[in-house]
Amino acid sequence: MEHANWLSTSAVYLGAAVLAVPIARLLGLGAIVGYLAAGIAIGPWGLRLVTETTTILHVAEFGVVLMLFLVGLELEPRRLWALRRPIFGGGSLQLLGSAALMLGVGVAAGLPWPVALVAGLGLAMSSTAIGLGVLAERNLGATTSGQHVLSVALLQDIAAIPVLALVPLLAAAPLGAAHEGGGWWGAAKALGVVAGIVFGGRLLLRPALRWIARSDTPEIFTAAALLLVVATATLMQAVGLSMALGAFLAGVLLAESEYRRALETDLEPFKGLLLGLFFIAVGMGIDFAVIAAHPGWMAAVVAGFLLLKAAVLWLLAHLARLPLAERPVFVILLAQGGEFGFVVFQAAQQAGVIDGATSSFLVAAVAISMLATPLLLPLADRWWLPRLAARAPRTEPPAETRLSEPQAAPVIIAGFGRFGQVVGRLLNASGLQATVLEHDAEQVEAVRRFGWPVFYGDASRLDLLRMAGAAEARVFVLAIDDVEQSVAVAALVREHFPQLTVVARARNVTHYLKLRALGITLIERETLDASLMSGRHVLEQLGWQPHAARNQALRFRQHTVALIEQMRAHVGDEQELIALAKQGRQQLEAMWAQERAEQAAARHRRGWHDDSTH
Amino acid sequence: MPRILVIAAHPHLGDSRVTRALIDAARAAAAEGADIAVRELYALYPDYLIDTAAEQAALREAALLVWLHPIHWYGMPPLMKLWLDEVFAFGWAYGPGGTALAGRDLWLVCSTGGSAESYQPAGHNRHAFEAFLPPYAQAAALVGLRFLPPQVLHGAHQADGAAVTAFAQGFVARLRSWPEASAWPELAGLPPCPGCTVPGGERPAEAPGSVTLAATTRRVEA
Repeated sequence: MEHANWLSTSAVYLGAAVLAVPIARLLGLGAIVGYLAAGIAIGPWGLRLVTETTTILHVAEFGVVLMLFLVGLELEPRRLWALRRPIFGGGSLQLLGSAALMLGVGVAAGLPWPVALVAGLGLAMSSTAIGLGVLAERNLGATTSGQHVLSVALLQDIAAIPVLALVPLLAAAPLGAAHEGGGWWGAAKALGVVAGIVFGGRLLLRPALRWIARSDTPEIFTAAALLLVVATATLMQAVGLSMALGAFLAGVLLAESEYRRALETDLEPFKGLLLGLFFIAVGMGIDFAVIAAHPGWMAAVVAGFLLLKAAVLWLLAHLARLPLAERPVFVILLAQGGEFGFVVFQAAQQAGVIDGATSSFLVAAVAISMLATPLLLPLADRWWLPRLAARAPRTEPPAETRLSEPQAAPVIIAGFGRFGQVVGRLLNASGLQATVLEHDAEQVEAVRRFGWPVFYGDASRLDLLRMAGAAEARVFVLAIDDVEQSVAVAALVREHFPQLTVVARARNVTHYLKLRALGITLIERETLDASLMSGRHVLEQLGWQPHAARNQALRFRQHTVALIEQMRAHVGDEQELIALAKQGRQQLEAMWAQERAEQAAARHRRGWHDDSTH
Repeated sequence: MPRILVIAAHPHLGDSRVTRALIDAARAAAAEGADIAVRELYALYPDYLIDTAAEQAALREAALLVWLHPIHWYGMPPLMKLWLDEVFAFGWAYGPGGTALAGRDLWLVCSTGGSAESYQPAGHNRHAFEAFLPPYAQAAALVGLRFLPPQVLHGAHQADGAAVTAFAQGFVARLRSWPEASAWPELAGLPPCPGCTVPGGERPAEAPGSVTLAATTRRVEA
């Protein structure tokens, strides 16, 4: 019976996830909303398919643990050391600042200070699972803001220990007895375990993994990887430390090992599913009775704590000089409550600092904020980002990268990504000067590290173009990869600086035709030549003489460029364009087929192609 | 298409004085209405991908073909040789049905770095300049072009501005007056096309007989 129950529960979980996640994705909401919705649907307030939510939450927390292990794997100790400032500086500012603000508001609202403090500390925690999940989903992990989200999350993991130690002390009744068991002995144990993990990780893990890998049994390696994480987490939990922190440490210690990729690939699927389970559990755990009882209060508390945290985070983003475009994600991801909040409230309720109703209320508030996060993100993308983007050029770049003095190079390169850099390098190596404009602050920083005098700037701004010397320069290299921006800049340059020869890069035929319509003639499609070069290699590999392959590729180039020129007259008429493209292809095929036939015939005659001379 | 077609080839036109002066002068004349077209090969085909059809079309109407280039390694620059290889095609310029150029004139206008004295048996080039011309003359003969006496500026590196200008002016003056006997007295003494008649077995032929031909030429090479 129990066995059947376990099976049916699994079926419910998996079924809910499999249904809800694709639907959420389809609605553009991201997987996390899907999991949360699935949890609500099958939970006690939905279809009542599953009721024992707390046990599930405990199992599911393991998803967060696995995630932190994997994050640790990505971070070598060296990089972690580099992050120490954002972790301890930014992280503690977020946690303490938010908690202090909320404590103040709580006390002002008439709550007893221990209750306000516990609520503040609990709500100040953010969801590592959602934060890192969204970063991964959006591929932002490597960005500055991604690193800061991780730093704050890590600090919260570390801070969970003192916070949980503090909670019993806040109880009105002297509950010291429960705590005393810890004391020095507890601290020593904790230190011992961390030291054990660090030294064990350094000295023992790699030989052990090598030994296991040599057994050549893939599933045993996977089992070992899981065991490693479970064992670390268990050890940490045994001494009252954060499981996730332990797993993270283990990950960092293995980041330099040769097994990093193998561990990653093995654990990745477990992480995804367990995280999903975690979110389902959170969804199930939302107590709708509490929400229904005080809907107004709930809305006020959720909105209030989100706004307070957002204010602190905005300040932090400002201090850390995060790129403007990344700030909304940073703020939203960390403003929400998180899984540590649940733990804090649970502990506080056990210690008698807050009562059951308050705890349920706060847990529901955190859960709602977690549900709101993935919903707020698309809103931010649509409303907040465009507004920031409009402001970005004036506020963002470090002073030295801003174009403040008129430039006088004969060439201006707009866009210094993959394409513009090659042009720039060629010019530079040829002893020519170019003024380079790039609108991505990070890219500016990156190429400046390589010694390029690149200026931060949006080439679609007339004043900036003038400053760059557009009125005197001779050539304007348009290497901006965004098609719309590229066309806009091209139009601006054509209108205001007609003496400039524009040499443009086109992403595709449509882009080419748009630039052509502006009267620009020197346009290269970005992948044409590289593709032709590959085509040449193929011909050579199939036995063509290298020189013949080269000629064929160059002739094909001529043909395809001529074909686009022909298409130019029919822009907008898709039918005609398709017909032209087809016709062009057929013409070339026919022409070359005829040539091949002639060559075959010519093998019987002898002209210069033979080894003969006259 | 103009009746005078100048095919110019200089791989480093930016460093050139003589060839550039000649090209500029010819273009200026064309701009003033002279029946001249200049095709500068290194500008047209920087990738060495010659548009054979376009070149042959340009040649179709030309009565006087001018080759304008500096002498490099006792011959023409490489792109010009490629042009010759590809444009003077079998079956078009020579071989069966290859009569497209027959009856036209070919005039070589060139410059040499070496002085006139260097092109002497006693000079460092050890041969008279004419000794390097048979490939030109014979190529012309094979396709039925009448090879006019070349116009050469020796010692181009040392030539002063006035000499270069005078050379260019003489060049254009002769282009403008071609083929008037007053400016081209030597034409009177030239046979229509010496050596244009090639015995049947020596020319590339259609398939059936070609086996022997190929065999012969290979033997000659070896």
